[in-house]
Amino acid sequence: MIHSRRTFLKIVGLSLAGVSIQPGVEALGGSDSPKISRRPERLGGKRWAMAVNPKKCPSGCHDCIEACHRVHNVPDFKNPKDEIKWIWNEPFGNVFPELEHDYLAAGWKGRAVPVLCNHCANPPCVRVCPTKATFQRKEDGIVMMDYHRCIGCRFCIAGCPYGARSMNYRDPRPFIKEINPEFPTRTKGVVEKCNFCEERLAKGLRPACVQACKEKALVFGDLEDPQAEIRKTLRAHFTIRRKPGLGTRPQIYYIV
Amino acid sequence: MLEKALSGSQRYWGWVGFLILGIGVGFIFYLRQLDYGLGITGMSRDVTWALYIAQFTFLVGVAASAVMVVLPYYLHDYKAFGKITILGEFLAVASVMMCLMFIIVDLGQPARAFNLLIYPTPSSILFWDMIVLNGYLFLNIVIGWTVLACEKKSVPPPRWVKPLIYLSIPWAISIHTVTAFIYAGLPGRSFWLTAIMAPRFLGSAFASGPALLILLCFILRKFTRFNVGNGAIQALARIVTYAVVISVFFILMEIFTVFYSQIPEHMHPFIYCFIGLHGHYELVPWMWAFVLLVAVSLILLINPRTRRNDRILGVACTAVFVSLWIEKGLGLVVTGFIPSPLEKITGYYPTGPEVLITLGVWAMGFFILTILYKVAISVKEEIEA
Repeated sequence: MIHSRRTFLKIVGLSLAGVSIQPGVEALGGSDSPKISRRPERLGGKRWAMAVNPKKCPSGCHDCIEACHRVHNVPDFKNPKDEIKWIWNEPFGNVFPELEHDYLAAGWKGRAVPVLCNHCANPPCVRVCPTKATFQRKEDGIVMMDYHRCIGCRFCIAGCPYGARSMNYRDPRPFIKEINPEFPTRTKGVVEKCNFCEERLAKGLRPACVQACKEKALVFGDLEDPQAEIRKTLRAHFTIRRKPGLGTRPQIYYIV
Repeated sequence: MLEKALSGSQRYWGWVGFLILGIGVGFIFYLRQLDYGLGITGMSRDVTWALYIAQFTFLVGVAASAVMVVLPYYLHDYKAFGKITILGEFLAVASVMMCLMFIIVDLGQPARAFNLLIYPTPSSILFWDMIVLNGYLFLNIVIGWTVLACEKKSVPPPRWVKPLIYLSIPWAISIHTVTAFIYAGLPGRSFWLTAIMAPRFLGSAFASGPALLILLCFILRKFTRFNVGNGAIQALARIVTYAVVISVFFILMEIFTVFYSQIPEHMHPFIYCFIGLHGHYELVPWMWAFVLLVAVSLILLINPRTRRNDRILGVACTAVFVSLWIEKGLGLVVTGFIPSPLEKITGYYPTGPEVLITLGVWAMGFFILTILYKVAISVKEEIEA
């Protein structure tokens, strides 16, 4: 029984104090051990990465882009202002401005180069996010997003030196051609980007863009596995990364 | 004391009504933005922060006005600022309130704003900005209100206020520094990636805040019996003068580094906003208006004869305020996104609803300021009577 207002207020005060320290305790002493069991068929990797060979891309081909945007319910607003994109083509000089010059090897001037989130090993977007809505998965390095936690401050967009992120400036759902029920749609006011198809990896499938590419211009795999195809590809070709001087350690490697 | 805001002249109520109208219009368009999304603004995939965040950035500077009167008065016992400290503190309160509102209206999911507290993330500068801004708001409202209440009762302020006052001085520096860090630590945004960003913020803050304070003192002198005294205004004018000179010096240092080194990605944003780049001239007239206004204000402020003339000082302070609004409240934020990481130039124009929401927040800020100043002036007039 609560006998007096004094006791009652004491209890209320203590309860509030208890509730208020909870996030701090979780932040400092929380355990991150996985409580969910993994599917046996999932693709396990320690450091996912991708090699892109733009020379293999036939001119005008959008297979990877269409596949990605279809499975991930990426809307098409038909205007560049509100545009959302996860993977798309840009001219070589825009992707590698510091490498362009007047005497590039034949075919490289203006060549379409696929760009996507670099899943940086040292991602600035994760560092700047004020709610950990953008985070790096420890087990395989994928830079992921929690669309339910994102407050839409767009600090991550300012932080990303690759322009990989898009903001949902309006409700995307009416602008999705055909909704894929296997993947969530987003709400207005949150940021989104490529997730390296973590939802497909969990089912044992390769990323949608890699699967859609008939020319095998995209090679996906685990860098920690010396026998992986991506390691063979990186051994066989000279590769470059976007803006390596920034120290973000991007994990998309371009074969030139 | 709040009841003092409930009685006033017809002119007072007219002004309050005008502000409430502004707030109402802004609020209606904010509801529209909540429904449609931030796409209602001129922001785009490339330019993702614009008018709202720029106002926030500028107003953090205005909030500095408090420290420029508190520091001389309390640390150096500069008596001339005795009557003006409360005005500085209440201006800081209104400015920080506006800052917080501009952050809220800029959020894509404002209903989730408390995620900032539920998932505290010390690696994010925004987390620290939330702490320093709310702390500064708390300090100034508590200090200002307590000291004023004691003046009303003709008793000395309680002893616990002193440590808070001393704390508010470094805290004022912190709000600018942390706000500058939002921009200055981002790889790939060359326009902002400069160690002089925080000093620049402080320089322009100590110009724009006291300049507005001088203008507010002139307005109060005209419409009320409250006069802070010529000594205080002239001392503030000297502070503004030095701060404008230092701000210009800092900007020239940026321009030297950028153009002497000739690193393209550092030059492009400056070329974009001052000369225009690849056929895009959106900010060029604004930036030259900034240059012109700063030049005019420097001439009027450095010359002692013009600075000591109240009418000319008013013109100079208006020029300072408007020019730094252009520089911080328009140029600094938008230009940081141009060119984009993929070398695209996307122009930015604010939309009608965006401008009206912005004006609505300003009206809300001036409403808070009016109420606080009304209380302060009524108390001061009562004491003098």
